[in-house]
Amino acid sequence: MRSTNEDLNKYVYDIRGLNLWYGDKQALIDINMGIEKNEITAIIGPSGCGKSTFVKTLNRMIESIPIVRTEGEILYHGHDIFGSHMMVEELRTRVGMVFQKPNPFPKSIFENVVYGPKIHGVKDKRTLMEIAEQSLKRAALWDEVKDRLSDNAYGLSGGQQQRLCIARTMAVSPEVILMDEPTSALDPVATMRIEELMEDLKKEFTVIIVTHNMQQAARISDKTAFFLSGQLIEFDMTNKIFSNPHDKRTEDYITGRFG
Amino acid sequence: MNEKINELEKKQARFDKDRIAWRIGLNNFAKNLFSLSTIFAVVVLGILLYQIVAESIGWLDWKFLTSNLSIFPEKAGIKGAIIGTLFLMMIVIPVTLILGVSTAIYLEEYATEGKLQRLVKVNISNLASVPSVIFGLLGLTVFSRMLGLGSSILAGGLTMSLLVLPIVVVASQEALRAVPGFLREASFGMGADKWTTIWRVVLPVSIPGILTGAILAISRAIGETAPLVVLGIPTLIMKIPTGVMDDFTVMPIQIYYWTLDTVLTPEYAYLASATIVVLLLTLFMLNLVAIIIRNKFQKTF
Repeated sequence: MRSTNEDLNKYVYDIRGLNLWYGDKQALIDINMGIEKNEITAIIGPSGCGKSTFVKTLNRMIESIPIVRTEGEILYHGHDIFGSHMMVEELRTRVGMVFQKPNPFPKSIFENVVYGPKIHGVKDKRTLMEIAEQSLKRAALWDEVKDRLSDNAYGLSGGQQQRLCIARTMAVSPEVILMDEPTSALDPVATMRIEELMEDLKKEFTVIIVTHNMQQAARISDKTAFFLSGQLIEFDMTNKIFSNPHDKRTEDYITGRFG
Repeated sequence: MNEKINELEKKQARFDKDRIAWRIGLNNFAKNLFSLSTIFAVVVLGILLYQIVAESIGWLDWKFLTSNLSIFPEKAGIKGAIIGTLFLMMIVIPVTLILGVSTAIYLEEYATEGKLQRLVKVNISNLASVPSVIFGLLGLTVFSRMLGLGSSILAGGLTMSLLVLPIVVVASQEALRAVPGFLREASFGMGADKWTTIWRVVLPVSIPGILTGAILAISRAIGETAPLVVLGIPTLIMKIPTGVMDDFTVMPIQIYYWTLDTVLTPEYAYLASATIVVLLLTLFMLNLVAIIIRNKFQKTF
């Protein structure tokens, strides 16, 4: 199946025959999947199944580990992200990432949000202020921090820090936001606030979220992919996966029989 | 059966009691031994300081700091040595900071892990333990003779820079390594290139560590004597240096020569002591600044 123009618009990512090795150990085996625009795709699976590796491959963050080797294609709007014409900086500008542990810079809240726009060349103070306000509002953090934008980001609570990181990612105006277990370091209340955010995020961004929390996947995602031992076992509509999975292994996992 | 267990318990209890008493005794012995070692070092330092300060009293005054050298001990001062030290620092500080931090950035952030990089790293650490007299010979060969800089401030400054460069490199490397990886990830994740990340994220976080190392290196350069002796710093300069190509002297050299000449003029010993007090105060002040920087900017993540 070659991509038609319609497919290019509908699909953000088209992953074809992706294999990945850490040295000799194969971590991803022949992954094929298409990720659609303005949807939330949840990646679930037991620890070590390759789900984090998979999202980190989508913006080539995985390459910070020198022994990693990949095979196959990941087409981003029809262009192979491993191709020589694709600059990794450009890819990461269009595909933002929120990490497992909140990782704000030891700078002010304002400087954190405008870091991306600044490095991409926005100098005008008023524009930066507008971007900061808009991003913080979209991350549902504005009301809590608007009076202390010049305070250090490490004075915020863990949940606020993570929303700051989401705001910081949105400030670059990416098309896709990858989230690698964004709530696993947070308490239930902070988790709930981030989940509430997701519904809004979907309108503007394509979200791919790794989670070890199946209820979270069921609550927030449109589609769910189940990974096991480096293989994509099943990828379907979330309600189908959680009500009537096709594969026995998926059923065993979501009913808590293992993992 | 029960009796047997009771007997065993009794034995165990007695055994433990003896053992605990023995271990407490051992602990006290160790404590006293270690505190003696500390006291030994402190007492020796105390005697040294007392002697130097006592000898310098009456000689160390404002006139001593602002007078030129003289063959008459009453008139002699260390203005030339102080200005020489300041000039030397004007060369050493920029040269070591620029070269040292650049080297550390290359090794930690850019160089790919491999045999070559490991070899370079190990050898830089080795350089830090090369005797300073060897650096003096290097300076004499390269800067004084090959580049024809003689015994000028420039030649001395460059030699001193080489001597303390490994200290700055190693300290900067450690400071860069201490920057958590998740901060770099955050920056890369937004499409930043390596240099942007280093400039905007890594360096601001590591600056306190780098500065602390740099200050300690500079205080080493201020106190170092041997390389300058090898370079052939003149024994007696009446002229105050006015530029980097002038001959010069520094405080430790002055101490060295005054101590040598005590045989001829016994009062020179007091001048040497007074100079040592000035040098020590300078070094203590620099170390204090290093500690303040470290405490003030220390960040935990």
